[in-house]
Amino acid sequence: MTTLTDAPHGSGTFPRGIHPPHRKKPAEACTIEVLPTPAQVTIPLLQHTGAPNEPLIVKPRTDVTVGQKIGASDAFISAPVHASINGQTARATAITLPNGRHVNAIPIKAGEEQPSAEELYDDHFGGDWPTDYSDREPKEIIEAIKEAGLVGLGGAAFPTYVKLSPPPGKTIDTLLLNGAECEPYLTADYRLMVEAQAAIVSGALAAARAMQVDNIVIAIEDNKPQAVDKMRQAVQGTAVQVIAVKTKYPQGGEKQLILATLKRIVPTGGLPLDVGVVVMNVGTAAAAARAVARGKPLTHRVITVTGAGVNHPKNVLAPVGATFTELVNFCGGLTEDAARLVAGGPMMGFTLGSLDTPVTKGASGLTVLTQQDLRKAEETACVRCGRCVDVCPLNLVPTKIALAARCQAWDLAKRYHMVACMECGCCAYECPASIPLVQLIRMAKAQAPRD
Amino acid sequence: MSEPAPAQADPPKPQLHVAPSPHLASTATTGGMMLDVLIGLLPVTVMAAYYFGLHALIQVGICVGSCMIFELMFNAMRGKPASILDGSAAVAGAILGLSMPWNAPWYAGVVGSLVAMGIGKIIFGGLGQNIFNPAMVGRTFVMISFSVSIGSAAYVVHDAPMEVVTQASPLSVAKEAAGAADLPGLWALFIGNVNGSLGETCSLACIIGGLWMVLRRSAAWRTPAGSVLGLAVISLIAQLIDPQSLTMLQHLVGGAFLFGAFFIATDPVTSPVTPRGQWIFGIGYGVLVFLIRQYSAYPEGVAFAILLMNALTPLINRWTIPTPVGGPAPALVKK
Repeated sequence: MTTLTDAPHGSGTFPRGIHPPHRKKPAEACTIEVLPTPAQVTIPLLQHTGAPNEPLIVKPRTDVTVGQKIGASDAFISAPVHASINGQTARATAITLPNGRHVNAIPIKAGEEQPSAEELYDDHFGGDWPTDYSDREPKEIIEAIKEAGLVGLGGAAFPTYVKLSPPPGKTIDTLLLNGAECEPYLTADYRLMVEAQAAIVSGALAAARAMQVDNIVIAIEDNKPQAVDKMRQAVQGTAVQVIAVKTKYPQGGEKQLILATLKRIVPTGGLPLDVGVVVMNVGTAAAAARAVARGKPLTHRVITVTGAGVNHPKNVLAPVGATFTELVNFCGGLTEDAARLVAGGPMMGFTLGSLDTPVTKGASGLTVLTQQDLRKAEETACVRCGRCVDVCPLNLVPTKIALAARCQAWDLAKRYHMVACMECGCCAYECPASIPLVQLIRMAKAQAPRD
Repeated sequence: MSEPAPAQADPPKPQLHVAPSPHLASTATTGGMMLDVLIGLLPVTVMAAYYFGLHALIQVGICVGSCMIFELMFNAMRGKPASILDGSAAVAGAILGLSMPWNAPWYAGVVGSLVAMGIGKIIFGGLGQNIFNPAMVGRTFVMISFSVSIGSAAYVVHDAPMEVVTQASPLSVAKEAAGAADLPGLWALFIGNVNGSLGETCSLACIIGGLWMVLRRSAAWRTPAGSVLGLAVISLIAQLIDPQSLTMLQHLVGGAFLFGAFFIATDPVTSPVTPRGQWIFGIGYGVLVFLIRQYSAYPEGVAFAILLMNALTPLINRWTIPTPVGGPAPALVKK
């Protein structure tokens, strides 16, 4: 495998991109707090990118304990789900996820006995974390990560074990940990890096061992100097390197981060593994450490509840399946001028139509925007100023694709490389005419006939 | 039977909106960009007023006023909401006014505005839809229609109150004398102490205003950069071949070239949207300005050069579709 000699030599940034307001202040300084066990959780059977799980417990009123597997699938790209609280299952139900998908879910009513907040916190972040996995077989590590139901916690929720098992013929030489957290408002990854560096480093080393990779890089945006310092201290004596990258949206996009840190270009339509890289969110790494070193499945995650529409923004360790209502109540409720609930960050997050939606593994935040935060300008004609072109991190011509989409001129949209768009939203953010560029492109990608 | 208990008033529930991301937006607006252009035109207007006195302000006033009135009128005729507040009519009027000679008759400005707004812009569907720069359409129309009263001969007025206008404009001198020797010095050309259209004479003011727009990102920097590059290279070659012709620097600071490069070629609607396209547009403009100055009957070629490049813009956009980071989409490679 490759050695550290061809370690990172990216410039720390990527061409174009935008500088939205950071808005990290509301939740930045809030220590991770544990959500009191809710009276009921609802565990969706599909929380990842891939095949849905089949329920393992069909009979209602079955006793389950934290970490017990309750849904699994034989499909390759899938991740099992586990009970996140102690209690009794109820009849399976169907719910709608923030991204609009209807999925089956198993509700669990809380029992009397629950782990205390301190126990949960220590179990997730406290104690000692191994930095040497040489006694563990790679296969064994991958199996542990698979059984733990680990998915990418950055938002896409792709099953982690699949990432760690590259197809034959692909060689991975670098594990890149994504601590950029380029979405405005969100601070969940930042808090993890400040509070639980040891778990992150341990998880990175476990994942690297699983892929037999020596080159491990953690990339953090330079607007989080405290996280950079803490991570630098934590990696001392290990093979892990910490790089501060430029604060710019979408620095946390895998392709942008790989370019900024390693100076490699992922081909259009390709994956990071095409250039020998596996990218993993820092939160995923911490969860991987817990799965491999402690044998605990992914039952809880840190989620930032923030924005001007929330009375007391916080970073909350919440069980999967708790509703956003419980999170909001824990954070002092919504303000009167709250106008939009966004699952995730404001640049790429989905809006919630109702707070009674369960938290899934991929939910990194709940951003509550007020009327003031939202753009009010009316859409006007495109004057072809080219600002969307100037900011597109993929070097596309968003206005042409979007206007072609409006006329359903699919061939024209394709000629302008519509399929290369990763929907980061820089174009729509920047557009002085308030044209919903990325929204139109997204629609076109979904509607255009495939060839 | 008892009355049902009155429904308990729900706690005030915030009105929640559902919308696709992104949920944040920059504060940039089209009107803001047009305002930047107007601010960029300010130094030019001030210098025009310095050299040509009240005449300059009257010309600009006539054109701005009539452009805005015609825009309102045409919008009303089409039953469309008034788009006057986006500032684009004011920009077209200001550019048209600054491209006029100081002594143009008032109706030249009004007719120019009518054509600029009507045939240059609204007939195509209004802001963002026009192919040709409206101000240049209007300017060219009046230049051909009133060739006596605002043609190049009209610039020279021997008994005028301003000294600058007692001599022909530099490029006319060059055309008639067929040589560069009789031109005013470079410094006079640079600070604008020469005869010419109102806004074109002071190169310094054009550069200051242009830099402002570029720094504000309200004009693409590549277009003026390409323009200067195109004209500089071709005129330098010409200068080396024939030392009698206009020098490179005379080409650059004489006439309306810089005014056009910074304020007209950068009109986003009628210039390419791709970075490479902006270079091509600029270089093409610079080269055409040279060719028209050198080989046509007209002393100056800015308006025609702009209009010709405007016509090529849709084609340039198609020629210069940028390659995405990571290469073309796989589906396109196979074809």
